[in-house]
Amino acid sequence: MPTNRRAAPALVALLVALALPAAARAEPGPVLSDYPDDDGKALLVEWPAPAAAEPAGTKYDIEIADADAPDRTGPAAKLPAGTRYAEDLPEVYGFGAGRARYAVKIDRAPPAAEGDAAADLTPGRSYVVLLTRIEPDGTRTTLGRSAAAVPKGDLFDTRKINNIVFLLLFGGALVWLTEQARRNPEGMFVRRIPGLEALDEAVGRATEMGRPVFFVHGLAGISSISTVAAVNILGKVGEKIAEYGTAFRVTNRDPVVMAISEETVKESYLRAGRPDLYRDESIVYVSDDQFAYAAAVEGMMVREKPASNLFFGYFFAESLLLTETGAATGAIQIAGTDAYTQLPFFITTCDYTLMGEELYAASAYLSRNPKLLASLKTMDAGKAAILAYLLAGALLTTLGVPFLRNLATVF
Amino acid sequence: MKRTVPLIVAFTAGLFGCLVQYVPHAAAQDALSAAVTWDRIIAAFAAFLGIGSLVFAHVRRVERRQAGWGYSAVLLFGFALMVVAGLYNGGTGPFAAEVNAYPDGTPTPMTWLFRYVLKPASATMFSILAFFMASAAYRTFRARTVSAALLLTAALIVMIGRVPVGAWISPALPELTQWLMDVPNAAVKRAIFLGTGLGVIATSLRIVFGVERAYLGGD
Repeated sequence: MPTNRRAAPALVALLVALALPAAARAEPGPVLSDYPDDDGKALLVEWPAPAAAEPAGTKYDIEIADADAPDRTGPAAKLPAGTRYAEDLPEVYGFGAGRARYAVKIDRAPPAAEGDAAADLTPGRSYVVLLTRIEPDGTRTTLGRSAAAVPKGDLFDTRKINNIVFLLLFGGALVWLTEQARRNPEGMFVRRIPGLEALDEAVGRATEMGRPVFFVHGLAGISSISTVAAVNILGKVGEKIAEYGTAFRVTNRDPVVMAISEETVKESYLRAGRPDLYRDESIVYVSDDQFAYAAAVEGMMVREKPASNLFFGYFFAESLLLTETGAATGAIQIAGTDAYTQLPFFITTCDYTLMGEELYAASAYLSRNPKLLASLKTMDAGKAAILAYLLAGALLTTLGVPFLRNLATVF
Repeated sequence: MKRTVPLIVAFTAGLFGCLVQYVPHAAAQDALSAAVTWDRIIAAFAAFLGIGSLVFAHVRRVERRQAGWGYSAVLLFGFALMVVAGLYNGGTGPFAAEVNAYPDGTPTPMTWLFRYVLKPASATMFSILAFFMASAAYRTFRARTVSAALLLTAALIVMIGRVPVGAWISPALPELTQWLMDVPNAAVKRAIFLGTGLGVIATSLRIVFGVERAYLGGD
């Protein structure tokens, strides 16, 4: 023990210097903040991860309490050490955030009373969290209580900026190409779509044979784009049928689609100058049950033996039942669907099949309206752009630069 | 007016539906939920349109003794039977909660009809698919062109590779089957999705901005 007077302050200084790193090594508490880009029912808890690996079996326990009653806590989250780092929330921290920090989303509020179940967090209400580490032997070490934070709803989801930019670019291209189409309608080339070209042939065949044309809607309602496309085709087919005076049957699985089909066909007959030929009983609601619909339409096909069957819309398992029965009756069949699972069945049993976007192109193809043709061109431009993006992104990702891949992430 | 009001409604609803996807605030999401609920209620009322059309069409056919009127009579009988069973509701009437079984566990008439008539009929229709697939395959899988030959070969590999006898013939068959499903099939599926996705966006924009008007009943 030094007895020199100068040595005593030096010794005290040495002792303080030795104590300081220990103080600096004391565990910092959790930081609580509002979870970004949400409806105001979640909070984000962060705390630094220790540099050294934590022993196996270590866990963290997060409890939440109202800021007004910090002692009445409820469970918020429990997680094993080594999981749920900042890098696991790229929508918050971006990609490559690493493992220097834990980041946990919590969305459970403390129970209102003892024994109550957990509820959602209330936007605008102030909460605090208590973070505890549980060692493998069960020892609990309180790491700290956070400052209060308030969850709030956000008016714009910044995670979807990539989505809105794409939509604006696509919309901008649509506007520009529509203007180009208006100035030069002859310049809008569209390749031949055999299925749509064959519609005239199908109606003509039915007229010659004196047998009806069956138009079979898919199972989806009017909110499905494929049904809208089917109604477009129905309008054009109806006009042709009215001109030729051919018998016509339109089967529907949805009452709203039936009502729209009635109006569409009535308009078609009116445009063709043959409103007297329109019959209400041509457009029938069959059933909203999948196989009842299929059974009924098949029965109609077998009894009435249509010369042409047109299947347009979204189909499920009944597609093969319908088309195979139609093929057995000797009808010419044209199908169009965006249900990729049913495309193989239509291709094998129908004479012509419109696949996916060819169905959506029908209204533009049949009407040759410049505005509609412009939307086809926009689809093609979008596809070209996406193809280029895919190639560039795949190449860059292979070279270890995932920027383009990350940019296209959907959250 | 007859066309302008629906176009305005379509534009407003379309714009709302699009914008609300980018607004996570609870008020926007609650508004969207309410709109979806209204849509379901309107669709439920639309069911009466369909029922009316169905009943009147088949009653007319029975009255006029048109070809196949017997089937219409069967349909009307089945329709009436289900309606009566549903309204009976196990003896509790149409305004009580749905009753599926009596206290002793016996199914109510509605449940019995659903379980022992409707479901077996649906299952029967579904089971016919296997035979229809076989007949479609027999008729279609002819190697007339290069693409048809490719289709035939791929179909044979997948069909045999998916059943245990495929692995017995050669362990490479199931692997080749899986490769066909994972690589060329998945690639084409994604290509179709890509085209379909862009088509949906383009058609939706056409409807929202009033360029596409077929849903109004005509051009």
